[in-house]
Amino acid sequence: MAEIPILKIGDCLLVSIQVDMHDRLAMALQDDLTQRIVQDRARGVMIDISALEIVDSFIGRMLNNIAAMSRVLDAVTVVVGMRPAVAITLVELGLTLSGVRTALNVDKGLAMIRTIIDRGEQEDDRRGG
Amino acid sequence: MAEKQSLILTLIDRHQAALLDDWLDCMARSSPSGATLRRDGETPEQAKRFLEQLRRSARNQQFEDIKTTDWALMRELLEEISRTRVLQGFTPTETATFVFSLKEPLFQLLRREVGSADELADEIWTATRLLDLLGLYTIECHAKTREELIGRQQQELLELSTPVVELWEGILALPLIGTLDSARTQIVMESLLERIVESGAEIAIIDITGVPTVDTLVAQHLIKTISAARLMGADCILSGIRPQIAQTIVHLGLELNVVSKATMADALALALRRSGKAIQNRAAQKPQQDG
Amino acid sequence: MIVEADETMPVRSSDDVVRARQAVRAKAVAAGFSLVDQTKIITAASEIARNTVDYGGGGTLRIEVLRNGQRRGVRLTFKDQGPGIADISQAMTDGYTSGQGLGLGLSGARRLVNEFAITSTPGQGTEVTLARWK
Repeated sequence: MAEIPILKIGDCLLVSIQVDMHDRLAMALQDDLTQRIVQDRARGVMIDISALEIVDSFIGRMLNNIAAMSRVLDAVTVVVGMRPAVAITLVELGLTLSGVRTALNVDKGLAMIRTIIDRGEQEDDRRGG
Repeated sequence: MAEKQSLILTLIDRHQAALLDDWLDCMARSSPSGATLRRDGETPEQAKRFLEQLRRSARNQQFEDIKTTDWALMRELLEEISRTRVLQGFTPTETATFVFSLKEPLFQLLRREVGSADELADEIWTATRLLDLLGLYTIECHAKTREELIGRQQQELLELSTPVVELWEGILALPLIGTLDSARTQIVMESLLERIVESGAEIAIIDITGVPTVDTLVAQHLIKTISAARLMGADCILSGIRPQIAQTIVHLGLELNVVSKATMADALALALRRSGKAIQNRAAQKPQQDG
Repeated sequence: MIVEADETMPVRSSDDVVRARQAVRAKAVAAGFSLVDQTKIITAASEIARNTVDYGGGGTLRIEVLRNGQRRGVRLTFKDQGPGIADISQAMTDGYTSGQGLGLGLSGARRLVNEFAITSTPGQGTEVTLARWK
């Protein structure tokens, strides 16, 4: 069974979803990611869905789950590359993806993760006094 | 229903050229635009094809039901003829005249060639019923083509009336004019999202100065558009909120969950701030003129 | 109304859901749907297909391409012999905030199509029909 490759870019993990996912693959991805976040001490997770022509509620739940798990592990999740037709459909479907940050592409996604991490560290420094 | 073969086909076969001429003359006489029809390049060609197709479609001597497969090619021909007439601005009547004006020359032909009064009556009945059906079909096609045309024009109008403007690098503006219904919302969303992809903009200002009323439905459409833009990585600012609109929003308890400003200028100022840009006055270059 | 194409396929596994999406896409493209309309009907199909597998014990999907005058449409009929749904109106309310369950699948799919019909008898099965017109 094909696995979804997880790449490391600095302190971020990049996942590119290229295939029509079925349940086992989605479960495997969530497991792999959680392990890798811990293993690589990742601060950011970027999920590239630019190859996805469809995002249904199953994939939506998976994205929400990944975001929730990363948050617990102190990593920021950004979903990038959503296609316009998919965005329009998701909105009509009523799928809010409220727990997930989104950016237009990988570059902007990395920039967003950087900004959030830096802001968080500034906050920590401030509190540390 | 006559069991013996109708003579119509044989007669059309034998006298096609003359029938065609008489028919075109009759068309020219029967309406003011008929003269134009007569001189128009397409009509003689279309009439010729009509007669040829009539012979083919009626070869099984079935003249009563033009919805059968025998008559499929004839229907297509009539659709084509109707379509060209619609595009040239002819009325349904003028279009149907194409078919109905065949009656006079055809009946004259039948009168000359058919022997008994009874047979003549039968043949004329068959012919008139068939031409009625075909003529009515052109009217139906005319109506359908007109509807299609209007639909296309409406679509173009919708698209033209939702321009997306790039106010500054990374800042888009979408001035909405008119009511926001679900059809319009679809087009608005598609235009906006496409521009976001093209420009990489991270801020979109949606200006509703030109939207007359904001009720629950319009609010839903706005929320959908804003959510869709967010999914593409662009934050929205709502501008052009008139005082009455603000009241309605509060009255109806609508939660828009978006930053809103009274004017587009205010929204632009905010967008520039968020983008880390500032506007400065240039240093004065000319000294003040005296007195 | 004319049926221009008619195909039935099994929907019993996760792989079938993927195949169902591809089959619906092919028909939507054949019917001349715009990209957004394609995306909507395929997403709706995906939702109901998953329900059929997860809750209906597996079933079938029938895809028809229809023509009504100048308009063309795609009609999907999902059938299963599963446990059925006791309270359809409740199942149709947005259940997404609760995270699990049929909720979003049915009500969400309904929002993506022009025609939606569902019949279900507890203990006998469920049939969902969706149609989207160009």
